[in-house]
Amino acid sequence: MRVAACIALLTAMAGAALAAEIPLDQRRSGYSFMSADTKAMQDEDTDNPGMLSVLDGETLWKRKAGTADKACADCHNDAHVSMKGVAAHYPAFEKAFGKPVDLEARINLCRTNHQQASPFAYESRELLALTAYVAQQSRGVPIAPGDDPELAPFVEKGHALFMQRQGQLNLACANCHDDNWDKKLAGSAITQGQPTGYPLYRLEWQALGSLQRRLRACITGIRAQAYDYGSPELVELELYLMSRARGMPVETPAVRP
Amino acid sequence: MPLARRSLIVLLAAAAFAACAPAGAEELRPYTVVGDAIPASLTGTRGDATRGRALVVERSSTCILCHSGPFPEQAFQGDLAPNLSGSGSRWSEGQLRLRLVDAAHLNATTIMPSYYRVDGLTRVGNSWRGKPILSAEQIEDIVAYLVTLRN
Repeated sequence: MRVAACIALLTAMAGAALAAEIPLDQRRSGYSFMSADTKAMQDEDTDNPGMLSVLDGETLWKRKAGTADKACADCHNDAHVSMKGVAAHYPAFEKAFGKPVDLEARINLCRTNHQQASPFAYESRELLALTAYVAQQSRGVPIAPGDDPELAPFVEKGHALFMQRQGQLNLACANCHDDNWDKKLAGSAITQGQPTGYPLYRLEWQALGSLQRRLRACITGIRAQAYDYGSPELVELELYLMSRARGMPVETPAVRP
Repeated sequence: MPLARRSLIVLLAAAAFAACAPAGAEELRPYTVVGDAIPASLTGTRGDATRGRALVVERSSTCILCHSGPFPEQAFQGDLAPNLSGSGSRWSEGQLRLRLVDAAHLNATTIMPSYYRVDGLTRVGNSWRGKPILSAEQIEDIVAYLVTLRN
């Protein structure tokens, strides 16, 4: 009942505010908006600065941690096999919480539950490295989250947030990333906001960063209050964006300007 | 919990509450919309076109993030919105003023922010809450500049 009302409201809002979602055949990765130089940096593993984190992540994967004195590899063995395609399905529904968790949160759940170690902080070198290592095993795999029917209301919440105008500049994600992705904001390509390559190396950051970091930066850009790391809103936005990018190949670790 | 620490938290909570409360200090000046224009200056005086140009090309004003214009020295301009060249030929001073103050008054689905409005907004960040994007003086300076952009 509540869900139905929600969907009705969303449909009405979408009708009023949004031109249209991007047709499937017009979807483009942020990669396609980049200069040849930046593309080359992503394409060549020896030039891709994100690969340093992936290598870091491989070390962490094999290192024993926590009271349980277990490494990721002790349960999951060879990540090339066990983690292939996993990142393409995140955020995923976590039954214990009754809500979706993203890949970073999943890694931290493994740490606390199975390794009996303290969770890594958001955007810490370790969490980004392990996430990048796990996600890199899905490189080329089509993005496919949100199949779990229990995820449907959270995808809808993420969609509603995407459509919600907010901040002093009173803009919604959709105003730029659905309606004006072929234009330029202060000389830079706006892009469609397809989250195909996270965690990714941003030249602007001179660092690897998560999708949550990117979302927070965008939200601050419209002068709205950024949601806290790990907040349900950010996970719902991640989930909606991943479902919106369904079928596009994972690029982790991507490079972006 | 030590008392000093607790009182610090109370103090912080009070500060946070104050920051969240609608700012009464930044009272907006009243204005009258006539048709599709605000004919009278928000400040009662004419703005300064030189300062207005400087404001338009200043990134933090946000104008040239979306607009381009006759600013050959500016390498990074947007193309989300109309070129500002000829604004003064297309619109009267009062029409330009309303478009800056509250473009949504003319088109509810516009992506142009309302530069002199603090109500009807959602989840405005702490640093900006209760403040308009531009002050009345800044808007008058920009209006004074835009009317000079004639074809």
